[in-house]
Amino acid sequence: MLNKNNLIKIGLIMVTGIVLAILNATLGRYQLRILNLAGIYIVLGLSLNLINGFTGLFSLGHAGFMAVGAYASALLTMSPAQKSVNFFVKPIVPFLANIEIGFLPAIIIGGVVAAIVGAVLAAPILRLKDDYLAIATLGFGEIIRVVFTNTQSLTNGALGLKGLPSYTNTGYTWTIVIITIAFMFSLRRSSYGKAFMAIREDEIAAESMGIDLFKHKLLAFTIGSFFAGVGGALLAHLMGTIDPLMFRFLMTFNILLIVVLGGIGSISGTIISAIIVTISMEWLRFLDGPIDLGFAVIHSVPGMRMVLFSLLLMIVILYYQHGLMGQDEITLEFVKEKLKRFKKKEA
Amino acid sequence: MSILRTDSITMKFGGLTAVSELSLNIPTNGIVGLIGPNGAGKTTIFNMITGVYTPTTGNIIFDKIDITGMKSHLITKNGIARTFQNIRLFKDLTVLDNVMIANHLRLKSNIISSVLRTPDYRKKEGHILKKSILLLEQTGLIEYKDDKASSLPYGKQRKLEIARALATEPKLLLLDEPAAGMNPQESIELMEFVKEIRDAFDLSVLMIEHHMQVIMGVCEKIYVLDYGVNIAEGNPEEIQNNPKVIEAYLGVDE
Repeated sequence: MLNKNNLIKIGLIMVTGIVLAILNATLGRYQLRILNLAGIYIVLGLSLNLINGFTGLFSLGHAGFMAVGAYASALLTMSPAQKSVNFFVKPIVPFLANIEIGFLPAIIIGGVVAAIVGAVLAAPILRLKDDYLAIATLGFGEIIRVVFTNTQSLTNGALGLKGLPSYTNTGYTWTIVIITIAFMFSLRRSSYGKAFMAIREDEIAAESMGIDLFKHKLLAFTIGSFFAGVGGALLAHLMGTIDPLMFRFLMTFNILLIVVLGGIGSISGTIISAIIVTISMEWLRFLDGPIDLGFAVIHSVPGMRMVLFSLLLMIVILYYQHGLMGQDEITLEFVKEKLKRFKKKEA
Repeated sequence: MSILRTDSITMKFGGLTAVSELSLNIPTNGIVGLIGPNGAGKTTIFNMITGVYTPTTGNIIFDKIDITGMKSHLITKNGIARTFQNIRLFKDLTVLDNVMIANHLRLKSNIISSVLRTPDYRKKEGHILKKSILLLEQTGLIEYKDDKASSLPYGKQRKLEIARALATEPKLLLLDEPAAGMNPQESIELMEFVKEIRDAFDLSVLMIEHHMQVIMGVCEKIYVLDYGVNIAEGNPEEIQNNPKVIEAYLGVDE
């Protein structure tokens, strides 16, 4: 068990833990929030990468499954008093009124509910391919949002839920991030992960090699939805308030941006680009304000930074389709190889 | 003894009859050829046998089981594997992975134990790895094990497709134009290779081929198809002297 590679892996996790602990102790509240947000986007990016990158199912309904996880967990962690304050238009359905459970079980239940919804919705549409599947999943994402806007006694409709306990902290987020990363690497190495990739490469060949397309696609979609739900739950308890508008297509777009920039199919690419995108989205906030170009002043346009990201996405798709990493990974072997080459150059 | 029998299968696409009342009989351990001009319906027959299409009428009996209309992946599980006319490898994956994926259907592990890498799963994975390496050694592809499938030379890609099909442990192997694009030397090697795998893996072979030298050299029985109709069957010598076959290929002397 404890061979050299495993030791290095455990060492890496410990170093990450220590770095995070130091960051957690030294950073201000605002920076910590960004650190958490980066972690959440890693989880979300990896879950979409599983569906889009490994299995090749072009899904655009991710925000919907996040919403399911966010609402499911929020309704379980809010105190009965807080719920009665929120639901003043119509009282909450009785069976949820008095429930209050801990954060960890709420996250897991949020993920499970999202997975169930994902599986039920995906089952009838998985025979669709490429852009048809994208349109259908896009529709589902929107349908979930619209349903949530109208189920007043369950989700409080357009008013959203306010005053969620702010449970999300560095410990919770990054523990889940590390578990998610380990899960994805292990899945991809396994026979199932290879079967997913076979489906991405060539469906007809995969099926004639005895791979049950429906079962494997459904499996990938369900697992992806589970992690989307977990991400949604973490996000809800970081923000403190959720409403259906949060889970518009723009949310899916952000996650898709992360996956495409990182390299569709690459785990390490997704991780790196999730961190870069989250940080730059904050750092580029000055673009939303008035910009003084010297000869002219652009009045503040909210959402200006998203224009930049859209441009970036277009450039990547036109000229650099592989993204940051292509389908490669930064693994131990990859680093060793690079080091070897570096040493050769030195000598 | 026959491994595969089709009882007058017909395939209609709208008004077009692609294959009409065809009855094939593939003997166990036999190598059978399927020839005919372009558009005669040969690949359609493969697609019916492997479950891509369901025959409009007729039944397909494989190894005493009626597989008519069964799903593709279940037919593979039952023991029919195929290669494709236009190579369909998992291009971005390694040669070894291509072969290992073909073992996935025989893996009796669920996804949770696979991701957690339980000792039971690791044992099974190790077994698959050993089996795949052995198969690559038998098919002479072992030196390319870690290369991307798309980086192999054309002839080796064809061979890898056959190796991948063999990894599913078939009783019947369907080869769709295995010699397409090969030079005469490679074609002769392929003939030997087909015979070798038939004996080594104890299976039956049904092959579509345009390369007459290959068909006549390796097949024990040949079916000739023209416009979806079976116009002749017999051993290579009978086929070569059959006037109907000559007519289908060369036209009528008027």
